[in-house]
Amino acid sequence: MNTLIAITVGVLAAASIYSLLRCSMMKLIVGIVLLGHAVNLLIFSAGGLRDSTPPIIAENQEVLRPPHADPLPQALVLTAIVISFGLIAFCITLVQRTYDIVGDDDINALARSDS
Amino acid sequence: MNANIILLPVLIPLFTAIAGLIFRSIRIQQPIGVIGGIATLWSSWQLFCDVRNVGYRVLHVGGWTPPYGITLVADHLSAIMVVIASLMACLVALYSIRDVDAMRKKLFYFPLYNFLSMAINGAFLTGDIFNLYVWFEVMLISSFVLLALGGAKPQIEGAFKYVSINLISSAMFLSGIGLLYAKVGTLNMADIAVKLNFQSHSFLINSTAILFLSAFGIKAALFPFFFWLPASYHTPPAAISAIFAGLLTKVGVYALIRSSTLFFRESFYYTQNLLLVIAGLTMVTGVLGAAAQYRVRKILSFHIISQIGYMIMGLALFTPLALAGMVFYLIHHIIVKTNLFLLSGIIEKIHGSDDLSRLGGLYRSSPGLAGLFCISAFSLGGIPPLSGFWAKFALIKAGLEIDAFWISLIALLVGLMTLFSMTKIWGEAFWKACPETAESKDIAPVTNLALMYIPATVMAVMTLYLGFFGQTVFDVAQATSAQLLDPRGYIEAVLGGGGR
Repeated sequence: MNTLIAITVGVLAAASIYSLLRCSMMKLIVGIVLLGHAVNLLIFSAGGLRDSTPPIIAENQEVLRPPHADPLPQALVLTAIVISFGLIAFCITLVQRTYDIVGDDDINALARSDS
Repeated sequence: MNANIILLPVLIPLFTAIAGLIFRSIRIQQPIGVIGGIATLWSSWQLFCDVRNVGYRVLHVGGWTPPYGITLVADHLSAIMVVIASLMACLVALYSIRDVDAMRKKLFYFPLYNFLSMAINGAFLTGDIFNLYVWFEVMLISSFVLLALGGAKPQIEGAFKYVSINLISSAMFLSGIGLLYAKVGTLNMADIAVKLNFQSHSFLINSTAILFLSAFGIKAALFPFFFWLPASYHTPPAAISAIFAGLLTKVGVYALIRSSTLFFRESFYYTQNLLLVIAGLTMVTGVLGAAAQYRVRKILSFHIISQIGYMIMGLALFTPLALAGMVFYLIHHIIVKTNLFLLSGIIEKIHGSDDLSRLGGLYRSSPGLAGLFCISAFSLGGIPPLSGFWAKFALIKAGLEIDAFWISLIALLVGLMTLFSMTKIWGEAFWKACPETAESKDIAPVTNLALMYIPATVMAVMTLYLGFFGQTVFDVAQATSAQLLDPRGYIEAVLGGGGR
């Protein structure tokens, strides 16, 4: 399972970098989305992927019995997903506005603010 | 004093932002924004005085025992940064009443501004690495909107670059956190420090260190990652670029300082030389980039980069004097740089442009502006007895003390080049006669600039104070440096009883 997740993260990251390096604004967004997914999956697996019970204390017990899952990475990944959702929504609107103004999907058309 | 005071610099801007969202009229939003700024400044000053007495102020939010809940920690560094950030936020809020146009104000300029100020204070005060990420994101989203607000052509282009590079940097930061959590199983900064420095968990930690270095490096505009800054900072209204220039990159620097001094201490030698090289390259490229520019705000944007190099130099040298110099440099730089952007805004208001070839004769037409600019610009260049001189002096002395000759030499040369850029602006905008173009004759005298001059004057006075009575501030900087060099105090204050 670990290997599979590692490969998935790697493939997602590679695909995202490929898209980020293209000269198109839309593909840049796709790249950022994919990068977000890769990172989320990485955090998700940070708690360790193994066969374990939910981290809930059973009825007639005082403490949590190992092996239990780590709930924190899931909380983190939820937060990260919510944040990236908002940011991506903003980013897509911004690309739309940029496209309206520049009239071109090519990132190289954005050279005006550089000089 | 009550530990809850640490919450106020975060809560006050939150409330004023929400109040601004409820009352949609600009007439109400404006005073709420400014009063919120003043109240935040007051509370952060209280926090600073408190921290100065007790050393550390810690609040475990929600009463969870550390390291499980989110902890807010104010040590000297955090408290200084919060005070200076609130001060800048307050003064720039006053400035934006005149500078920002009604259209942008209608689009909730002041509430967004308050959210930005809240996020900056939150980032300085948090003691939890994931919480730091969340504050970064709050800061980013408000800065994105502020940058794009109004939707002028160059603004949108600048915002696009700024947004995309910052999203990538956030992803790097987040993956760094993920890897760190997988290694040490905790998010509390003090607890991470214990696990990495005093127990043998530091295996494979350099991957996180490098991810953090790149992520914070992008935010702080360090050498290979600085291209977004000069492409975006000159596009929005001067008030917005001033607050960005003063504070946003410094949050990245702060995060770099915090992570290097607290949890990557044991492996710091690994990044230390790299940091030193980056610092040198950042200084040189920033100042060379500025030399090629001909617009005031572009020149100033490039100088932000070269100045960040000085701070990183202080961090990389890692001696008591170097760290104290770095803290002093941070204080000096935030005030001076914000002020220079404010002044460039006034120049733009008077002349309708910040292109040096179209400016001129300002020394004759507005001598007060010339005086203010002179103080800030020559302080940036490092002319004694202004604040920049003492800041650079401390850093270079620290460099020479440990025989880091080449970085000290670079720092000196870059200081000289900075002076060259400042004299360029001075000569072109203030001394040269105003070029007789069709536009320059049409310029109607701009009145009502008092609200823009007051914040600029206050900052210039503070620059003079830092220059002439710098010892009081330098004492604080030395106390900060002592705390940074000995993280046991921080760990004990957060976890209680020297860790586990």
